[in-house]
Amino acid sequence: MAYPKRLDGRKFNELRPMEAKAGVIPNAQGSASFKCGKTWAIVAVYGPREIFPRFLANPKKGILRCHYSMMPFSGSGERIRPGKSRRAQEISMVMEQALAPVVDLSAFPNSVVDVFIELPQTDAGTRCAAISAASIALANAGIPMKDMISSVAVGEVDGTVVADLIYNEEAYPAAVSDIPVAMLHNTKEISLLQMDGEISKESLLKALELAKGATDQIYELQMKALKERFVSEVEQ
Amino acid sequence: MIANQETIRTIILEDKRMDGRDLTEYRQPINVDLNISWTAEGSTKVQIGETVVMAGVKLSLEKPYNDTPDEGGIMINAELTPLSSSEYEPGPPGMKAIELARVTDRGIREAKAIDMKKLCVVPGEKAWFVSVDIITINDAGNLFDTAGLAVLAALKTAKYPVVDQETGAINYKEKTNKSLPLTKEPLSVTVYKINGKLLVDPTVEEEKTADARLTVASDMNDIISAMQKGGETPLTIEEISLMVTLAIEKAKFLRGELNKFLQ
Repeated sequence: MAYPKRLDGRKFNELRPMEAKAGVIPNAQGSASFKCGKTWAIVAVYGPREIFPRFLANPKKGILRCHYSMMPFSGSGERIRPGKSRRAQEISMVMEQALAPVVDLSAFPNSVVDVFIELPQTDAGTRCAAISAASIALANAGIPMKDMISSVAVGEVDGTVVADLIYNEEAYPAAVSDIPVAMLHNTKEISLLQMDGEISKESLLKALELAKGATDQIYELQMKALKERFVSEVEQ
Repeated sequence: MIANQETIRTIILEDKRMDGRDLTEYRQPINVDLNISWTAEGSTKVQIGETVVMAGVKLSLEKPYNDTPDEGGIMINAELTPLSSSEYEPGPPGMKAIELARVTDRGIREAKAIDMKKLCVVPGEKAWFVSVDIITINDAGNLFDTAGLAVLAALKTAKYPVVDQETGAINYKEKTNKSLPLTKEPLSVTVYKINGKLLVDPTVEEEKTADARLTVASDMNDIISAMQKGGETPLTIEEISLMVTLAIEKAKFLRGELNKFLQ
């Protein structure tokens, strides 16, 4: 094992310091802020509302639409040009599929629930932070949900399975794999699974097992944020 | 909404507003969070009432323009995100975003708030270019003043990144302690006219019912660096005089608020 100690000193299964808050954008039906280390996602939910263009409407149930966007100054290198990149479009799509299993929009035919994601700063794990934030925001908006979705990246750095990789681990000069995972809390089913790098089947299963405990911790934080929001609303 | 707009127009004749404020009173709280983004060279989150705007500065080294070989440059961009209001849609910037960016840009640029010559590294070859992005988080009215405050705060806190002396490459992950050559501090104040009355810091509903507006950027010496009239109702010279006076007075107020957070 050539990766005996993590670059930022964390234990192999330890997540970065996290902070979650619900109801951060007054204009939105629901919203959330989710910080994971130096990665920060802000999410707003608008809807159910009428869908445009109209041909997208589904007469059987409402549609969930995600819009992932990195702020132009949120990358660790040069300024990112605003506008939809191929990467942002793909992440938006996998986010929709990650959240879809728990969101029940059968009561809202022909309508859309829009989920807007903005990232002011990033250090890997942006889609995971965005999904965890979106799950809080959807619950905060009162959208019918069967379960919560919590998301984290797991992977292997030079033979060691780790949770919640930072950018410098993804770029570690050895065999590395990065596996963003989203999990339904109650069933432990996986609704987001991507991977790049290289990993054996044994390590993959070990990593996915690690994701269970990691997403459980995120779930606790998500529920805490929602409860705090609920309490502050009642107090007002 | 329409009923509210009628009410706004009626009660303003008695110097009253829907939220009980005086006509020249800003909403509270006014908050300025500095260095909110580690990836930006300078960044801030500014809140006026329920309106929240972020601004981030990125620096890059580029070839100067041919007509100004010994100067760097600045570019200000604004995104009215669909996250911040149900009225904004995803896609390229619309007219409102373009106007917000350009008016804010002129306020800084025309004041010569940044010494462009000091941004030059090698004349004709290499100079610093400053990009500022304004991102709306919650639009509850008065984006002009909130964005202007955010851009100035972001510029004031920005630090140059480290440049590798051998390769000339920028190491964005490390910052120096050197600030931008900021010589002035212009701030935008927008005065609105509703039913013959003048007011500042409008809510979204007040913006919609307004007959005209005038944005005035002024610095600490009360020198005006940019103006923009909006709305389809014309203004008399007397009204413009009153609006400019009010804008300069409120720019002082906002500068004072900003300084509380810069300490």
